[in-house]
Amino acid sequence: MELFTPDFGLIFWMFVAFAILFFILYKWGWPVIIKGVESRADLIDSGVEYAKNAKEQLDNAQATAREYIEQARKQQADILREADKMKTQIIEQAREAAGQEAKKVMDAAKVSIEQERKEAQLQFRNEVSSLAMAVAEKVVRKQLADDERQTKLVDSLIDQIENQN
Amino acid sequence: MLLIAATVKPVSVTASVSDEPVDAIVEEAEKGVHDVESKINPKDIIFDHLGDGYGWEVPFDHHKRIPLPVIVYDDKSGLHIFSSSRVTGGKDYVDGDVTFRIAPKGEKYAGKVVEVIDGEVYRPIDISITKNVCALFIAVILVIWSVLAVARWHKTQGSKAPRKFIGAMEALITFIYDGVVKPTLKDKSKKFGPYLLTVFFFILYMNLLGLIVIFPGGANLTGNIAVTLVLAVITFLITNIFGTKHYWKEVLWPDVPLWLKFPLPIMPLIEVFGVFTKPAALTVRLFANMMGGHMIVIVLTLLIFIFAAMGAMVTGLTTVVSVIFSVFMLLIDVLVSFIQAYVFTLLSALFISFGQEDGHSHEKADHKSAESGATAQAVSN
Repeated sequence: MELFTPDFGLIFWMFVAFAILFFILYKWGWPVIIKGVESRADLIDSGVEYAKNAKEQLDNAQATAREYIEQARKQQADILREADKMKTQIIEQAREAAGQEAKKVMDAAKVSIEQERKEAQLQFRNEVSSLAMAVAEKVVRKQLADDERQTKLVDSLIDQIENQN
Repeated sequence: MLLIAATVKPVSVTASVSDEPVDAIVEEAEKGVHDVESKINPKDIIFDHLGDGYGWEVPFDHHKRIPLPVIVYDDKSGLHIFSSSRVTGGKDYVDGDVTFRIAPKGEKYAGKVVEVIDGEVYRPIDISITKNVCALFIAVILVIWSVLAVARWHKTQGSKAPRKFIGAMEALITFIYDGVVKPTLKDKSKKFGPYLLTVFFFILYMNLLGLIVIFPGGANLTGNIAVTLVLAVITFLITNIFGTKHYWKEVLWPDVPLWLKFPLPIMPLIEVFGVFTKPAALTVRLFANMMGGHMIVIVLTLLIFIFAAMGAMVTGLTTVVSVIFSVFMLLIDVLVSFIQAYVFTLLSALFISFGQEDGHSHEKADHKSAESGATAQAVSN
C-alpha cells in the first residue's frame, strides 16, 4: 500500500520544484506571453479594422468616381444637345438673315426696275410724244393749211388738256 | 502527431525488450528453473514500476541502474549523502558507525533506505533524489525551457506569428488562458492565470514523460499520490488564502433556513467538509487516472510472461494481442494525459473562483454548469 501513502521526500521536493518552477515562470514566462498574445491580438484587430475602413473608403471612392463619370457623361450629352440646338438655331438664323438680305436685294432690284421702268416709260412717252408731235405736225401742217381750221384745232386741244389736268 | 509517435515507439520497447519481466525470465532461464509462472510475481513487478526507486532502471539490464544521490537526515547521526549505487542490490553502506541499507521485502519500511544503529532499524528523514524526484526536475526543466522559449519569442519577434513548437505551445497557452482561466475567473485572470498555466503544463509534461518507457521518462509521477497531493494542497491554499469575505460567509453561515445552521450547524459542517473534499477530489482524480493507465499497460505487458509457460503458440498469440492492447492503451493514455491536466486546471480554476465570489448569484449558476460539464468529462475517462 505504498502507493497510497505519500512519501515525505517526494512531497518536499515537489514543493521545492513547484516553487522554483512557479517563480521562474511567474517572473519571466507568463506575463510576457500573455501580454504579447494580447497585444498581438489587439494589433490584428486594429489591422482588420483598418483594412475594413480602407476597403470602405476605396468602395466609396469608386462610387464617387462612377458618379463623377456619370455626371460628366450627362454633361457631355447636354452640351452636345445644346450644341446641336445652337447649330440648328444658327442655321435658322442664317437662313432668315439670308432670306431678309435676299428680300432686301430683291426689293432694291424691284425699286430700281420700277424706276427704270418709269424712266423708260418717261423716255418712251417723250419719244412717243415727240414722235406724235412730229406726226401731228405733219398732219396738222397738211390739215391746217387754212387758219380757221388751225384755230379750231388749237382750241379743242387746249380744252382737252385743260380737262386732263 | 509527434506525441503519438513518441509514445508508440516506447510501447514496442516495453513489449519486446526493455522491461524487467524479460530480464526476470532470462534470469530464471539461467538458473535452470522451469517453473517460470510461479517465479513471476506480477504484483511485485507492477508495484515496483508504479512506485519510486533509488536508482533509475536502464533498458536491457536488470541490475544496472543510473545512480542517484541518497540524502538522509537523522537526529542521531546527522546528514548523510551518498550514491544510491552503494545500497541498491541489497548492499550495505557503512558510514561511520551507521549502516545504511534498503530494507528488504517483508520487513518494515520495505524498499526504503533505513539506517541500522546497534542492530536497531530506524527510518531517517529521507529527502533523496529518487527516480521520481529526478523525473520531477526533468519535467520542471522542460516546462521552464518550453515556456521561456515562447516568452523569448514574444520579446524578440514582437507580433510575428510563431510557428512550429512555439506556435503549438502558444496555442496550448491560449487554449488554457482564454478557454479556461478567463471564462471562470473573469477580471481575476491576470492574478491567478500564471498559477493555473503553470499547473497545466507541469501536469501535462509529467503525464507525458511518464508514458515514455526509457530514461528521461518512465517515472509514474502524476500517478504518485504525493505529487497530486502537493498540487491539490497548493490549489486549496490559494482558494482559501485569497478567499473573499463572501466566500467565508457562504461556508460558515450559508444562505439557508435558520434551522439548518442553528442550533445544530448542519450546513456549515457540510460546507466546511466540502472545502476539504475539493482538494481531495483533485488529488485522487489525477492520481487514480494516471496510475490506472500505467497499471493497465503493465498488466497487459505482463500477460505475455504469465502465458509464456503455456507453449509457443499461446505465447505468440498473447504477445500479439497484448502489444495491440498496450499500444491502444498508451494512445488513450496520451489523450488522458492531456485531459487530466486540463481537468485539474479547470477544477482548480473553478475552486479558486468560488473563493473569489462577491455575491452575484448569476455567476454561481455559471460555475455550477461549468463544473458539471467538467465532472462529466472526468467521469467519462
